[in-house]
Amino acid sequence: MKLRRSLLYVPGNMPGMLQNIPVFEADGVMIDLEDAVPLVEKDAARLLARNFLHSYQNRNKEMFVRINPLDTPYAAADLREILPALPDGIRLPKAENPELVERLDTLLTEQEEKLHLEIGHFKIIPSIESAQGVLNCVETARASSRIVALAFGAEDYTASMEIDRTRTGEELFSARTQVVWAAKAAGVQAIDTIFSDVNDMEALRAETALIKRLGFTGKSLVNPRQIEVIHEVFRPTADEIQNAVEVMEAIKRAREMGTGVISLKGKMVDAPVVTRAARTLRTAVAFGMIEYALSDEVIHGQK
Amino acid sequence: MARNSLGREIPAQWRGRTLDPYLDPWNKKPEVLRATRPLVRRSPGDSKLLPSLRAVLEKCELRDGMNISTHHHLRNGDLLLNLLVKELDAMGLRDMGLACSSVHAVHAEIIPYIQKGVITRIETGVNGLIGEMVSKGELTCDIIVRSHGGRARSLVTGEVEVDAAFIAAPCCDITGNMNGVHGPSACGSLGYAYTDARYAKKVIAVTDNLVRYPAAPISISQSDVDYVVQIESLGDPKKIVSTTTRITRDPAGLLIAKYAAEVIETAGFLKDGFSFQTGAGGTSLAVADNIRRKMADGKIKGSFGCGGITGYFVDILEQGYFETLFDVQCFDLKAVESIRRNAGHREISADLYASPFNRGSVVNMLDCVILGATEVDVDFNVNVNTESSGYLLHNTGGHCDAAAGAKLAIVVAPSMRGRLPIVRDAVTTVTTPGETVDVIVTERGICVADKHVDLKKELVRRNLPVKEIHQFHEEITQLTGKPRAVEFEDEIVALIEYRDGSIIDVVRRVRE
Repeated sequence: MKLRRSLLYVPGNMPGMLQNIPVFEADGVMIDLEDAVPLVEKDAARLLARNFLHSYQNRNKEMFVRINPLDTPYAAADLREILPALPDGIRLPKAENPELVERLDTLLTEQEEKLHLEIGHFKIIPSIESAQGVLNCVETARASSRIVALAFGAEDYTASMEIDRTRTGEELFSARTQVVWAAKAAGVQAIDTIFSDVNDMEALRAETALIKRLGFTGKSLVNPRQIEVIHEVFRPTADEIQNAVEVMEAIKRAREMGTGVISLKGKMVDAPVVTRAARTLRTAVAFGMIEYALSDEVIHGQK
Repeated sequence: MARNSLGREIPAQWRGRTLDPYLDPWNKKPEVLRATRPLVRRSPGDSKLLPSLRAVLEKCELRDGMNISTHHHLRNGDLLLNLLVKELDAMGLRDMGLACSSVHAVHAEIIPYIQKGVITRIETGVNGLIGEMVSKGELTCDIIVRSHGGRARSLVTGEVEVDAAFIAAPCCDITGNMNGVHGPSACGSLGYAYTDARYAKKVIAVTDNLVRYPAAPISISQSDVDYVVQIESLGDPKKIVSTTTRITRDPAGLLIAKYAAEVIETAGFLKDGFSFQTGAGGTSLAVADNIRRKMADGKIKGSFGCGGITGYFVDILEQGYFETLFDVQCFDLKAVESIRRNAGHREISADLYASPFNRGSVVNMLDCVILGATEVDVDFNVNVNTESSGYLLHNTGGHCDAAAGAKLAIVVAPSMRGRLPIVRDAVTTVTTPGETVDVIVTERGICVADKHVDLKKELVRRNLPVKEIHQFHEEITQLTGKPRAVEFEDEIVALIEYRDGSIIDVVRRVRE
């Protein structure tokens, strides 16, 4: 499982910020050529981003580029400049419908052929950021095998809804739920929107805890200072890990006795409980918190 | 011209003084008795109170070539030194030396008097324009840069004789009992002035707040003070604050702070009794904040914090994470307020804080210290005095003292400033020898001195970005390019004295 807890936006037109990309502990970075870059700097940002990607050899995180929307005159030039520098993928803004993703898929395939890359090398993260996008996102999430995650963008979404975004975010609840459903049904990750007040760490923590409960696996962010809080929230607690280990030990004993159900501290342990425990342990291992060898045979039983 | 053990060329003599090249941090021993000052008898009814600075200066019988001192507790708010130098000039005195605890940007006012020959020597480091002009050859003034501990040592051994010490006293009575905690110019601790009060030939309390006898609490007592004089104002206490006493918001600075705190934790120091020093810079304060959170999480109660004290350290004391703050210098007004109120917030002298030549100073009891740098090099030597321009711009403070004393000395710095790499082949000027520096923390990597094999292993195990320093130097230089070396003339404009009095480096005139 590829960790994408934190996807950090870095404006493509800011060399001072680009050069610090290797330093921050975000799981992924999205170099932004879209909203953060004024029209007069679109070309400069493209070149800076391209040159940075060329020079960033031993990459320690996934690199995405947020191109301009496909219906703008900038998108084609964005792709032409950026793709030879081999980002891991493209964040597609304003993914209103599956057709836009399909179009991007075709453009990426063309470039892959030109660059002699394996087809499917470039991944896609479509961004759902309007009422129309939310309604279509179930199909959008399945529009390309390149899609690794579905992202939600609340700033544009609330604009399209003609509402204000609040600190607690009740107005986003339905849209978020729909995006998570679409992502889970398509078997991809779900990435929540940015939290724009970089000084309010408590509200960021509360929002991240909320979206984690809803099923999101990560969050977009605008400032490196937010990384730590987000990672803390997504990190399983010591109690959760301990409990998961106990569940795995219990089911192991059950399997040895030839059954798939066993009681642990008065609670029933069966398949869904084991699946959740296995997920917690995989996450803890991915976070480097524990070393634990998971066995499919223990999780699912002998076939 | 000989090379000291760090390979720096040190002349046998400079301005008539025989120089002792630096050898190592530990083995130079004092071979003299304590310096002393004349005993005086004061009878009941004798008055120490004099009407003006001029009257005091005359009473002190100052002659050409003598030394005066002030303390720098009022930092950039200090008015006293400028007033004194003007009076020295008015009296026709020449070739005087300043043996102040530090000289700040506000003292650029004395530059015309250096040009005039009133002041020809500064027996301490300088911050700002004076050092820059001396480095460029635009100003002639012999400078010997000393650390806080080194300055205290030089007074105690008599290497530097202070003929008259003028102690700015924010609260004082007619006999000279004084403290820094009351009055309009309250600056908190008077830590640097203690040594002057005990070793200067004449000690003068200068106050803008003469109170009825007895001034209390007594920091420096009437038994040490020769004269008392009242002036209108000692300075502007709002300017005593350091340039930054706020936690940095820069994400790279915060990352450095996080790494530094993790190094301290990994090294095993975060347990009951932990002791800690950090500076007032934004990144240093962020380290303190990380440490406070880790102490809270682990329910750890530390023993003491020391050095220059800020409001952040006061919070740590008041929240019960430390029992004691040893305060040589208050960096902000919250610290001033605390030293007045908190029993655990103790004023200490620079001698007790950091001198290598007493029977053991506070820095020797430090677990960890966080230090800054303008440059570091592949031998872990640290520069805080000059910048890559070659200009002498900063005083040492307690840098080399705390590095030598602490069990773990951590230098925090960004890997580059502007387009210049911070890690160099060799620092422009050595302030603190690499032998006393344990870890260098930047946002792009953590370099651990070879002697700490286990610490290095454990940091690697915890997935921290540990890098070998030569490789790290290469990596940063690849990003920045190799800067063209600054060229220097042969002429030596300043000495960098190590805390024990040996010469660790010299500053040469920059070829313009």
